[in-house]
Amino acid sequence: MSTMKERFAPEPERYEFSAAPMHQFELARRDFFKVLGAGIAVFVVAKEALPAQETAAGSRSFHNEELPKEITSWLHVGEDGVVTGFTGKAEMGQNIRTSISQTIADELRVPFESVRLVLADTTLTPFDAGTFGSRTTPTMTPQFRRVAEAARNLLIGVAAKEWNVAPEGLVAADAKVTDPTSKRSLSYAELARGKTLAQNLPAEDPITPASEWKIAGKPLPKVDGRAFVTGRHQYTSDIRLDGMLYGKVLRPPSFGATLTSYDDTAAKAMTGVTVVRDGDFIAVAAPSAHEAQKALDAIHTQWKEVPQVPSKEIFSHLKKNAEPSSNERFRRQKGSLEEGLAAAAHRIDATYNVAYIAHAPLEPRAAVAQWTDGKLAVWTGTQRPFANRDELASVFHIPESNVRVIVPDTGAAYGGKHTSDAAIEAARLARATGKPVKVVWTREEEFTWAYFRPAGVIEVSSGVTGDGKLTAWEFHNYHSGMSGIETPYDVANQLTQYHQVPLVLRSGSYRGLAATANHFARETHMDALARVAKMDSLEFRLKNLSDVRMRAVLEAAAKSCGWPRKKTQEGQGFGLACGAEKGSYVATCAEVAVDRASGSVRVVRVVEAFECGAIVNPDGLRNQVVGAIIQGLGGALFEAVEFENGHIKNPHFSAYRVPRFRDVPEIEAVLLDRKDLPSAGAGETPIMTIAPAVGNALFDATGIRLNNLPLVPNGLRAA
Amino acid sequence: MAKAMEIEVNGKHYAVSYPADTPLLDVLRDELSLTGTKYGCGEGQCGACTVLIGGAPKRSCQIPVSAAVAKPVTTIEGLEKEAKLHPVQQAFLDAGAFQCAFCTSGMLMSSVGLLQKNANPKREEIVQSLQGNICRCGTHPRIIEAVQHAAKMMQERGR
Ligand code: FES
Ligand code: FES
Repeated sequence: MSTMKERFAPEPERYEFSAAPMHQFELARRDFFKVLGAGIAVFVVAKEALPAQETAAGSRSFHNEELPKEITSWLHVGEDGVVTGFTGKAEMGQNIRTSISQTIADELRVPFESVRLVLADTTLTPFDAGTFGSRTTPTMTPQFRRVAEAARNLLIGVAAKEWNVAPEGLVAADAKVTDPTSKRSLSYAELARGKTLAQNLPAEDPITPASEWKIAGKPLPKVDGRAFVTGRHQYTSDIRLDGMLYGKVLRPPSFGATLTSYDDTAAKAMTGVTVVRDGDFIAVAAPSAHEAQKALDAIHTQWKEVPQVPSKEIFSHLKKNAEPSSNERFRRQKGSLEEGLAAAAHRIDATYNVAYIAHAPLEPRAAVAQWTDGKLAVWTGTQRPFANRDELASVFHIPESNVRVIVPDTGAAYGGKHTSDAAIEAARLARATGKPVKVVWTREEEFTWAYFRPAGVIEVSSGVTGDGKLTAWEFHNYHSGMSGIETPYDVANQLTQYHQVPLVLRSGSYRGLAATANHFARETHMDALARVAKMDSLEFRLKNLSDVRMRAVLEAAAKSCGWPRKKTQEGQGFGLACGAEKGSYVATCAEVAVDRASGSVRVVRVVEAFECGAIVNPDGLRNQVVGAIIQGLGGALFEAVEFENGHIKNPHFSAYRVPRFRDVPEIEAVLLDRKDLPSAGAGETPIMTIAPAVGNALFDATGIRLNNLPLVPNGLRAA
Repeated sequence: MAKAMEIEVNGKHYAVSYPADTPLLDVLRDELSLTGTKYGCGEGQCGACTVLIGGAPKRSCQIPVSAAVAKPVTTIEGLEKEAKLHPVQQAFLDAGAFQCAFCTSGMLMSSVGLLQKNANPKREEIVQSLQGNICRCGTHPRIIEAVQHAAKMMQERGR
């Protein structure tokens, strides 16, 4: 596994803010309009301090013209009236193609249908660090408002000049500019005709308040929905280029295994087959997938395997192998734990374990690569097109400007598609064969060679007064990560610490990162504390919570689920949990039914209240929230990656159980629309609280406290 | 080695050059370029590859192409007739029953198969017949809603 460690650095789970450098620049204007045609263009230059991850260093190219890296998005109004927005973000089911189009239409005053978006193409779109961290809505919504507003003003300016009147009196609506006095009007298409007008814009002007939105804020259906229900949309794995070959990669039998013998004579003798062996990379390309598979099977190899930690021992391993001198930046402390514990009437210490889980997006990793005159083009479903481009450039020792990465709307990712694995494999084979090559991972490869959400151990020590006031809170997370590690509750004496542990399995981002693990531990612990304090768990939380947005979601969820609920049947239980992360707030109330005889556990109903500022598209948001609840149920109840000596033991849907129709409870999503607050992202936070809510409900039903995720991989038998 | 076979897909006849034991899924996607049918696992576990064979929903990754010779195959590309969506497609669109939509094709085909057999399925029957179809994005409630809506539309049309 050493090679993996060298190659892969897990995504930092810290969101640090640093100011981006400020530069003035001249745009490669001529070039821009050559590509897009004449019209009106506005570029956003981010001067504001943006999160470091959004403005990471790296050159950008626009048809090989270097563009300043401060440009983060742009908009073009063409001579035909078509409005095109450009951003490096990718669409993976989170519905940004729709929500960003709404924002542009709203601010530019054009019909929704006239807007199209070019996303995640390293040649056509501005640099972007990646589509993760729920950053698309909070960064792109205000930016596209600003570009659209500027474009609108440019169009008004053109009209004013045309009519020789002051721009102030003119009105922009329905894709035209009108002079109310003379009743003249010109369409945007007419105004853009023959122009090559561009403007650079600082990303800091005020924007239209959400209360005045007309197209944004509405539940508009998914853009291109018809292409999806007719099967016409082409995902990466559907692309077929002329003369394209199919690639397959030979995987070692286990992580860290080394090759001891190799014979590819038979494979090489097959017609149309190319075998590539380059260091530890062994792969074949053939005219069809089945020929590629046959060739792969014909390569004879032997391997030396190495003993490795099994999943059975992972938690003690993590605890034992924590790095001793944990960095001070991973530690937050205030007050005195000693004093806090001394003041406590009750004390609870507990350990929580969280298993490795897999993303298992339904579309496995895939890439199509093509070389033309030393330049590489790759289509691949990744969340980080620009990082993939840079990786490809470095792997193949070519300039970044010779690599183009294009991301077709993708069969989901959930944090699992940051790396360029399939892209590198396809590109290597394409270089060897001189033909375009497609590589699509099998489900087993996806379950084995992708990366996982890391396992973790969390230890909590706490104290509470007789009347339910928290006095002490000590929280240690080993390995799983720092997201959502800080308690939102009011505790004067607290210590929070993250302990790094060297990677055991290849690990990386997963929807919500470690916030799910940290919320599971915290909210389960809060439930246990409420019990010792003999308080209702809603009342207990509210007593220790001054954050008004958190209180609001908690109260909304409690109200919709009818908290406090009286149990009316044997095996019934109710549980509550809340949390906040990345600028949005969530509270979940779960009802479970446990059959103590059979051990079967059913989640009957889930009410989740969610607040992420001003809602851009309530329909898309509801889909994301409900989807997060259902996906979260998998990790809560039964998902776990099992491994031993570097083998994944359950790399199939038959052995790695994911939520299916029968697992889905009745779900009510309560969306709180805060038009007075900026829109935050919603892809991740709604997944955080389902596990503790269900765990707490199971305790309510059975009196059994479950401190490990997954909670009930084998049901719940009588204690 | 490959013996010529003829299969009927969406009303068209195709001569297939792939070996007889090739999964129908590969033939549809790679040879006939009908890529609306998806690969999600190749193991009969996810339903992304569902097509109708002789009107019954089947996992095309588990069916050798030779087994599809005798009966007509319908894929998602064959649902739309004269630029008019099949009611199930329309219902999925109306309900917004997708996120990444990678499961949609299999969901649609399983649902069409169900409604052909049972014009007015109960909720539990829908759950039962979609149990083999995975949606990782968690769109299940809307998919059920869409199937119910489609059943209603189809009944109103008197089909
Ligand atoms: S691809 Fe056939 S069932 Fe998954
Ligand atoms: S919508 Fe993504 S898998 Fe179902």
